[in-house]
Amino acid sequence: MPGYFRRKTFDILARWGSLAMVMVALVPLVAVLGYLTYKGIGGISWAFFTQLPKPVGETGGGMANALSGSAILVGLAGLIGLPVGLLGAIYLAEYGDNAFGKGVRFCTDVMAGIPSITVGIFVYGLVVLRMRRFSALAGAVTLAILMLPIVMRTTEELLRLVPVTLREAGLALGLPKWRVILGVVLRTGASGIATGVMLAIARVAGETAPLLFTAFGSRFISLKLDQPMGSLPVQIYTYAVSPYEDWHRQAWAAALVLVLLVLALNLLARVITRQPGSGR
Amino acid sequence: MTTLRNALLAVLTCAATTVGSAQTISLQGAGATFPYPLYSKWMAEYQKIDPKVQINYQSIGSGGGIKQILERTVDFGATDAEMTAQERAKATATLHHLPMTLGAVVITYNVPGLASGLKLTQEAVAGIFLGQITTWNDPKLTAQNPGAKLPAAPITVAYRSDGSGTTAVFTEYLAKISPEWKTSVGAGKSVKFPIGLGGKGNEGVTGVVKSSPGAIGYVELAYAKQNQMAIASIRNQAGKFVAPSLEGVTAAAQGQKLPENLCLSLVDGPGVKTYPIAAFSYILVYQEQQDATKGKALVDFLWWAIHDGQKLGAALDYAPLPKDQVPAIEARLKLLTANGKPLLTKK
Amino acid sequence: MDEAGNPGRETHQKEPLAAFSGGGNLGDQVFRVLTAFFAALAVLVLAAMALQMFRAALPSLKQFGWKFLSSTDWDPVLDSYGALPYIFGTVASSILALLVALPVALGTAIYLAELAPLWVRRPLGILVELLAAIPSVIYGLWGIFVMSPWLRDSVQPLLQKIFGWTPFFKGVPRGFGMMAGCLVLAIMILPTIASVSRDVLLAVPNSIREGALALGATRWEMVRKAVLPCAKNGILGAVILGLGRALGETMAVTMVIGNRPDISWSLFSPGHSLASVIANEYAEASGDLYLSALTELGLILFGVTLLLNILARVLIWRVARGPAGARN
Repeated sequence: MPGYFRRKTFDILARWGSLAMVMVALVPLVAVLGYLTYKGIGGISWAFFTQLPKPVGETGGGMANALSGSAILVGLAGLIGLPVGLLGAIYLAEYGDNAFGKGVRFCTDVMAGIPSITVGIFVYGLVVLRMRRFSALAGAVTLAILMLPIVMRTTEELLRLVPVTLREAGLALGLPKWRVILGVVLRTGASGIATGVMLAIARVAGETAPLLFTAFGSRFISLKLDQPMGSLPVQIYTYAVSPYEDWHRQAWAAALVLVLLVLALNLLARVITRQPGSGR
Repeated sequence: MTTLRNALLAVLTCAATTVGSAQTISLQGAGATFPYPLYSKWMAEYQKIDPKVQINYQSIGSGGGIKQILERTVDFGATDAEMTAQERAKATATLHHLPMTLGAVVITYNVPGLASGLKLTQEAVAGIFLGQITTWNDPKLTAQNPGAKLPAAPITVAYRSDGSGTTAVFTEYLAKISPEWKTSVGAGKSVKFPIGLGGKGNEGVTGVVKSSPGAIGYVELAYAKQNQMAIASIRNQAGKFVAPSLEGVTAAAQGQKLPENLCLSLVDGPGVKTYPIAAFSYILVYQEQQDATKGKALVDFLWWAIHDGQKLGAALDYAPLPKDQVPAIEARLKLLTANGKPLLTKK
Repeated sequence: MDEAGNPGRETHQKEPLAAFSGGGNLGDQVFRVLTAFFAALAVLVLAAMALQMFRAALPSLKQFGWKFLSSTDWDPVLDSYGALPYIFGTVASSILALLVALPVALGTAIYLAELAPLWVRRPLGILVELLAAIPSVIYGLWGIFVMSPWLRDSVQPLLQKIFGWTPFFKGVPRGFGMMAGCLVLAIMILPTIASVSRDVLLAVPNSIREGALALGATRWEMVRKAVLPCAKNGILGAVILGLGRALGETMAVTMVIGNRPDISWSLFSPGHSLASVIANEYAEASGDLYLSALTELGLILFGVTLLLNILARVLIWRVARGPAGARN
């Protein structure tokens, strides 16, 4: 059977060929993570986490401003974006099987694909120009908008996995539907919600482009939300394109910290639900 | 809809301001990358003198400095290029240019095996940036550098991709020495370079030159020095090759009287020692400050900068302001007011 | 729980949920309206974005009209703006990135969905998705310090030696440029295309696979002749999604592409993109028209990615919905 032999060969070729493609796909992951560790580990020190940047060109100093700035920006973005996203997701999961729900779902999916920099342009006009300054608030609003589609769609999907029998049990006990949703569905779907939240945070924690002209940057640890604020990704960018060796060293270290954070959140999100996340 | 949005914004702003602590006064500045090494040093030092004043300066380019002060998104702007008439027209109130320091735009290059000593005539500089001289062993370059081993490698030009005062100074120089540059490209904060790679900020251009063998670019002196980059000597008006130095920059400014708006071009100046691409760097402030506390802190800082601050410049390769020019700037600082009251309490 | 992820979501428990929409008391009404309001906010934001950007771009739209798209002039000194070099840079780098990423992504998707032993599917799938989680700026950092020097010193001279006679590899190997830009983009869109395609493949009903195998097909023949034809449109959707991602990618591109608005055949020459020019110049464009022109670039980007995403979603939804119920 020469035909069978040929077909079998093709089958084996295809298996190995596609496995090779997976390997090729993973080369960048290994290369990036490898280099980050190799270059970044030396830059991580106590000073890196606790000190402010030194004046330009002097060695030493740290990124305390960027670390605190990122934490505040992402936290504030969460305060704005998460409630909106979660409540929206509840609607989509519980009431959304109608034309309006479909429209919203479609819009959020589309929104997830909009370049982040255009969100930056939007917020620049909406917040920065009106407040007459770059501010942590503007940065947070930008990140909140970017979070929205991720939280909404991931959470919706996972809320839908809550068995309908649980809802029926709640209703059968005479609870109004909203109590069932808040008390039963949300509690059962808590891990799903946590997943959505974590994926969203992981996504926006690394956002750079729209922050360049919303949160801007700052070399101080500042709690003032109406003032510019530093962030890890923006500082990595500024340091990376600069000519200073010491800044490069710090950029690698900061990149390592950022990637570990983002990857940890992603892995955690997956462990919690054991559900492969969304396509993005 | 808009009123709702405004109300929302007002609430947010209000919440935002109350969160911040009242003790520290934070001043926001943005603009030129040219004086950034010096400014960041100043701001770090000044905080030691007056710990409650935090000055945050973001080096986004002179174009950005002008734009942001016009939008009033920052408390002060910084630029190396005088505002254009068009930009001035957009100012809603009186804006002052205050010269803060003197610097040099240097031509830095990355030619393997040639760590220093490249000499460039005006024609060579213009030729390279116009894209007419494309290899390092072009006769126009070798003629002035007989000892140097210039390779047959191609030249990669690096320029500023953002709106930049350094570009404004450099293109002003090119337009002065090369009629062809003047007609085909012109001068300004961001022009269409006929050739090359773009980098963001002085930092970015330095980065590009440093990482690309065969590259040449223009940056502020401090950036080239701090990064141990090779710097070219340039033939000045008097026909001498001058390496950029504090001396050469000072020579360009010494003895000149500041005009009414305090903006003075120093490119292609006369004198044997004069380095031909020197420039003042300015801070832009509104005459009438909206917030008295912040205005006061700003004026005190600027006063300190043009006096004690000048001593910090030399270590970073910025030349001090010539002594005879300081009084004109002092006088301008005394004009700054908040609610009509002068802010400067020193004599 | 099945592994379908995204595209399968439409089919989750549709009937039971519909039955669960009872309850007419006040609390329910309020809750429903409240959540509906927040759901609608997403739509509102999208609409507000379009409106705001259109308004801000109006002066430039009025001044330049359609010529904006075809003019190569970008001259802030003379206040004359044209988008062509940026559009070219964006489109060229994205399409090239797609060409590079597509075979790898498809191979990965097919392996993960059809050919891999069951126990490696999940870990490998997660690794591929982690690739998508790495922030853009980190790829940029890596691009500047690792990839560009490697391209400059090893890859580009070699390519020039072999293919130097074609217009695509002319000029000086600099590392930074179109080639670096499209490679970094390829890396970034690969996981998007791979994981969405995988999800689409998984949404193809098993009966189709079983049918092919029962007819005596090998696994590869099953994939090629039965599964892929079913998933064709969904994969096209995944590709378009990847394209949309590539078009809007900013930081990694601006860090390696050279930032020069050139239109050139050569992969070695520097380029620019819509997103990277905005990142470079938005905070400092001092003229009104300048800012407006930059916003118009953003509007173009917004409009194009919006259309692509709509198209992609429609394609993907259709596959996922198509033979519903047949999967397990």
